[in-house]
Amino acid sequence: MGYSVDKNGFYGDFGGAFIPELLFPNVKELEDNYIQILESDEFQREYKNLLKDYVGRPSPLYLAKRLSEKYGGTIYLKREDLNHTGAHKVNNTVGQILLAQKLGKKRIIAETGAGQHGVATATVCALMDLECIVYMGEIDIERQAPNVARMKMLGAEVRPATSGSKTLKDATNEAIRDWINNPEDTYYLIGSVVGPHPYPDLVARLQAVISEEMKIQLKEKTGKENPDKIIACVGGGSNAAGAYYHYLDDEDVELIAVEASGKGVDTGETAATTTIGTPGIIHGSKTLLMQDDFGQITEPYSISAGLDYPGIGPLHAHLFASHRGVFLSATDKEALDSALELTRLEGIIPALESAHALAVLSKIEIKDTDTIVVNLSGRGDKDMETYQRELGY
Amino acid sequence: MNKLQELFKNKKSDILSIYFTAGYPKLETTGEIIKGLEKSGVDFIEVGMPFSDPMADGPTIQDSSEKALANGMNLDIYFEQLKSIKQDVYLPLIAMGYVNQMMRYGDDKFLQACVDGGISGLILPDLSLKVYEEEYKTKFEKYGLVNVFLVTPQTSEERIREIDAISNSFIYLVSSASTTGSKSDINQVQVDYFKRVKNMNLKNPLVIGFGISNNETFSQACDYASGAIIGSAFVKSVSEKNDFETISKFISIIRS
Repeated sequence: MGYSVDKNGFYGDFGGAFIPELLFPNVKELEDNYIQILESDEFQREYKNLLKDYVGRPSPLYLAKRLSEKYGGTIYLKREDLNHTGAHKVNNTVGQILLAQKLGKKRIIAETGAGQHGVATATVCALMDLECIVYMGEIDIERQAPNVARMKMLGAEVRPATSGSKTLKDATNEAIRDWINNPEDTYYLIGSVVGPHPYPDLVARLQAVISEEMKIQLKEKTGKENPDKIIACVGGGSNAAGAYYHYLDDEDVELIAVEASGKGVDTGETAATTTIGTPGIIHGSKTLLMQDDFGQITEPYSISAGLDYPGIGPLHAHLFASHRGVFLSATDKEALDSALELTRLEGIIPALESAHALAVLSKIEIKDTDTIVVNLSGRGDKDMETYQRELGY
Repeated sequence: MNKLQELFKNKKSDILSIYFTAGYPKLETTGEIIKGLEKSGVDFIEVGMPFSDPMADGPTIQDSSEKALANGMNLDIYFEQLKSIKQDVYLPLIAMGYVNQMMRYGDDKFLQACVDGGISGLILPDLSLKVYEEEYKTKFEKYGLVNVFLVTPQTSEERIREIDAISNSFIYLVSSASTTGSKSDINQVQVDYFKRVKNMNLKNPLVIGFGISNNETFSQACDYASGAIIGSAFVKSVSEKNDFETISKFISIIRS
């Protein structure tokens, strides 16, 4: 069984493009061109230069000694938190902005939850002098004020999504509606491995730099390209897709995905999609999602705005269904405890999203000989308000 | 031949269709609105199945959907309501919603419930031509239901021909690149597009929708197509007041 997207845009039973006819030409244009552009020498040169000099890649693979002492094995942190703008999101926006330019697009739209993708999009739009409109749920605008200010300072227009739950899912609906209304000059720069084909594949390819570097760095440090386990958090799943990408077919590498279980998977306030989700369609893709018996998409909950999404990317649905991936979850409390622990053990304040990945170190069996990579997808600056509130500083 | 196909066989012009969201403004108003529309001389009705994430819809239909869901509308109630008035309704009905609703309900259970509720056809904007051909065409045909496809100003001639070949009632000509309820006038660019598609001499009749809101836009649309569909403007009118008088007044103004 393969884990790459097939010619119809599916990963096993998941994926595809369930889109209104109104979006057909836009999506078709992207589908017809993305591989050719991504694989061109010119794109590769520009993309790699930007990743190196602008984003600051390669991101270090850091041996977390004290964390390893505590949990056993040899634990490395892939330091996506050290990227420009503070998370892995920029790997994708740098690539997609180059793609948008090559497609001749003048106007960039994006959705954002916590604001990290919005900031990463606004950043590359400033860099390339392109108009940028970011849709963000009204509720998220309130709870992520510093990122809203960053986007505005970068010259983006932040438009509130006022429908539905007024969070990421609704911001995505609004971005899709904007694209329907502006089919010719606009590029939709999606932030995760979600949405209609070819987006999940496009974003995974752009985040794949994470595992590409991991192979080289592990080889240098351990003599082997492959770790025993890779742990990453999954909301939509772009950092996980990037961390897994070059290991998907290496079945000896255990891929561990960590979803946010919020207040607990049985509380109704959770974002653990694979635990309570069922197959369906969200944002143009067939995947696992949280919905009621009548196909109404339900509200997720997590302390971490970046994991607060009622679906997962179709690649992850396939990894779950095929048992290639091990899906675990961490609660708000476990994530907070793990964030504090990493801070005290290693002097690194992680993003709340990444703290969910760390939280399963205490739940999995670790052998002394195991090499483990935790993808530290982002830094905690954006979460300081939550940390202050929850930890009482 | 189902009711929708019969309608288009017998009537070639000035066909008026109305969309409304079931369960809005009140959970129980579905039947009243259908009967009111039928009495007012509408030709067919699109009964919206409210969805949490209607990506092709503008604010008016989003809002009515959200309220209908808050009123307690779900597909069980929807089909029950249609079934209860089936004997009194002779107009063709189309169920309009999103693929996820059908998929989650179970394809066969959903299609059977459509038949039992007197539905003749379906409009599921996110059911693409390809997915329909590969996964749903045979099923829809088995239940005698027609699927209606959308064509937009960006749809290529080749694709319009493909859509025409697979359609067997009418083609829904989306008036401009927009979500529902966005525009208020018809401009020259749109007229050129209507003419372009009309001159393709397709086997299926055309019905124009999205942005048709008053008698002027309705009659303009009828110059280039067999008829037109009004959604958001009607939904707005029922949100203000909901009785037979309001409905028949709305329709008579459109027809004037």
